Amino acid sequence: MTDATAPIGAGQGSLIQQDSRTAKRNAAEKRFKMYGLAAVCVGIAMLIMLVTSILSNGVSAFFQTTIQIMVELPEEKLDKSGVRDPEVMAKVTTFGYAPLLRDGLQKTLEDNGIETELSAKDAADLISDESVAQLRRYVLANPELIGQTIPVEVLASGRIDGFYKGRVTYESAELDSNVSPEQLDLAEALKGADLLKTGFNWRFFTAPDASVTRPEAAGLGVAIIGSFYMMLIVLCLALPIGVAASIYLEEFAPQNRFTDLIEVNISNLAAVPSIVFGILGLAIFINFAGLPQSAPIVGGLVLTLMTLPTIIIATRASLKSVPPSIRDAALGLGASKMQAVFHHVLPLAMPGILTGTIIGLAQALGETAPLLLIGMVAFVREYPAGPPEGLFDPATALPVQIFNFTQRSDPAFVERASGAIIVLLLFLLIMNLTAIFLRRRFERRW
Amino acid sequence: MTFTRTAISTLALAAVSATAASARDQVQIAGSSTVLPYASIVAEAFGENFDFPTPVVESGGSSAGLKRFCEGVGENTIDIANASRAIRDSEVAVCAENGVTDIIEVRIGYDGIVFASQQSGPAFSEFTPSQWYLAMASEMPGDDGTMVANPNTSWNQIDASLPDAEILAFIPGTKHGTREVFEEKVILQGCEDTGAMQRMMDAGLDEDGAEDACMSIRSDGRAVDIDGDYTETLARIESDPDGVGVFGLAFYENNTDKLKVATMGGVEPTVETISTGEYPVSRPLYFYIKKAHIGAIPGLKDYASFFVSDDIAGPDGPLAEYGLVSDPELSDTQQMIESETILN
Repeated sequence: MTDATAPIGAGQGSLIQQDSRTAKRNAAEKRFKMYGLAAVCVGIAMLIMLVTSILSNGVSAFFQTTIQIMVELPEEKLDKSGVRDPEVMAKVTTFGYAPLLRDGLQKTLEDNGIETELSAKDAADLISDESVAQLRRYVLANPELIGQTIPVEVLASGRIDGFYKGRVTYESAELDSNVSPEQLDLAEALKGADLLKTGFNWRFFTAPDASVTRPEAAGLGVAIIGSFYMMLIVLCLALPIGVAASIYLEEFAPQNRFTDLIEVNISNLAAVPSIVFGILGLAIFINFAGLPQSAPIVGGLVLTLMTLPTIIIATRASLKSVPPSIRDAALGLGASKMQAVFHHVLPLAMPGILTGTIIGLAQALGETAPLLLIGMVAFVREYPAGPPEGLFDPATALPVQIFNFTQRSDPAFVERASGAIIVLLLFLLIMNLTAIFLRRRFERRW
Repeated sequence: MTFTRTAISTLALAAVSATAASARDQVQIAGSSTVLPYASIVAEAFGENFDFPTPVVESGGSSAGLKRFCEGVGENTIDIANASRAIRDSEVAVCAENGVTDIIEVRIGYDGIVFASQQSGPAFSEFTPSQWYLAMASEMPGDDGTMVANPNTSWNQIDASLPDAEILAFIPGTKHGTREVFEEKVILQGCEDTGAMQRMMDAGLDEDGAEDACMSIRSDGRAVDIDGDYTETLARIESDPDGVGVFGLAFYENNTDKLKVATMGGVEPTVETISTGEYPVSRPLYFYIKKAHIGAIPGLKDYASFFVSDDIAGPDGPLAEYGLVSDPELSDTQQMIESETILN
């Protein structure tokens, strides 16, 4: 500005021809722009690397190989008494069902004219261990099927599944003690007979976790329910408490040392490492209040504490951004202070509050550390019951499930972990997009 | 609107809290991450075959598990602690202080610790404890007994039969129970075998001091502590072709396409050599039950009996298939659970 208004004299340079100092300043500006651009590029490159590595590992988790076999259900093995009472039939354990599947696979191979040199046991390794439990559940639910030969669609074992996803090859099978090239040949033969198929893996979203020996059966069902319950608790507690606290502090509280102290503490809490809230949760909710371990209620309460500062700060900022003229006008027309706040200020601040809440929830959804201490980093296979009782049943959460998957020895769990990361990222993306949408749609500028 | 919502949610929470008094109906387990895979296999099968809900299994390490186990008796404490080592006297004392007096110790089998390297890396195929001592010690006694820093930088400096590769070992971090076994059964053994321990004692150290000196691991970056799981060790081996890692037998058996295992003292680690005791580096695995919880927590005793039943923990069961070396004295353990025999 000063350059433009200053009179042009000797040694001052001209507007057309840059002097050396102007050139230097312009060059500095250009450099700064380049630095900025480089920083953005590095960020984008990192993001692309992260996303490609996760996608390349994890997309295959959404597909699953299954095998169609015919299984005979002999009465003398499954229900000696012949009364078809599920309670009596429950005496036959999964160990009693394993030979049926083995024989069923052999029979299926014979019927389709597939020949193999593998022993019946090695051939049965193509089938997931989960299928015995699946068959037993099915038979107990439908006792009338005993004596018949029924078609069953079973999961292929993790290594065979991996073969159709490129994780297992003939070369690696040579070295692998869990799968042999002959078994891969058999799988190919089954595929040729249209008995082995790869389809979309809905089970990944609904099935509970599975033990190390059956990666193909592991799913996110319990984790998604657990995360949902916790988000519900956080929403029901953190939003009202946070908004009430902010309204009081922003609109009603006197400005004194005490409120200053509260303000400083809230800002401080927002920066406290999340594991601290876990320790607090363990001490207060579990040891003192006697709430159960591994339960979403405790996780939800801990995450509420963690999310509160975020919501309070966001809410106060959006209350502050409502111009005083709105309040003055309301008060001038005879509204009480509370009426002014609830009828005029709060509705105008709502988009900001919701955005802050959603961002707080997204942060809570991805949190693992505090859950470690309250026993939610666990192997849980039972679905929690419906709310409210289900809030007290053991459950895991999405980030915890990812952590659990990465710790397991079977390489197939790498795929499951990456798949779970994709699911978590999708949830986060949806939440953040909602926040952006709300802000764009409803935010008002003065 | 906000006030009504607050009021409603407070009420809802109060109502929910009231129902919380209902009893816990599933078994809760915590402890060693080595035992976790076995415990989860059993928990899964237990849930499938019994009317009881599937037990909840947490990991976190033997010490952490036993610490929580000893916090007291009651529904808010765990029922079973998994451990990759036997409970210590100090832990039993803490337990007793907190009212956990009757503890049932269950040995489920043995776990082998193996030394493996990248499938396509240098040919590490035979190791002895002495070689590991010479590679890992921070200081070694010279001929006159004075301690000098470990001069070895490559494996063939130690023994010409070993490949010409930089020494780089990924060993379990100090928080793992596996580290203790590694130090005692490999490093200390090697220290004795090479005569280094004798030289230290000759130079005036007492036995405990010499043992401690034997087991101090070099810290110049050639021995890398892995505090995470075996998956982390595997990732490090995959990026360092010269690296040698310490794994559990079960982990190795699930990753034989990426890892090759070396013999220790001429013995190949297999379920058979470990169960006969020929392979030197192995350890028993345990879980501990609170007797006071039997009867109070439904399915607790059934779970324990099911765990050590022949179908599960026997030599042909799913645990052995995954890599557990089954206990030859399993029937004694079954008997012990049946009669609820407590520790000491």
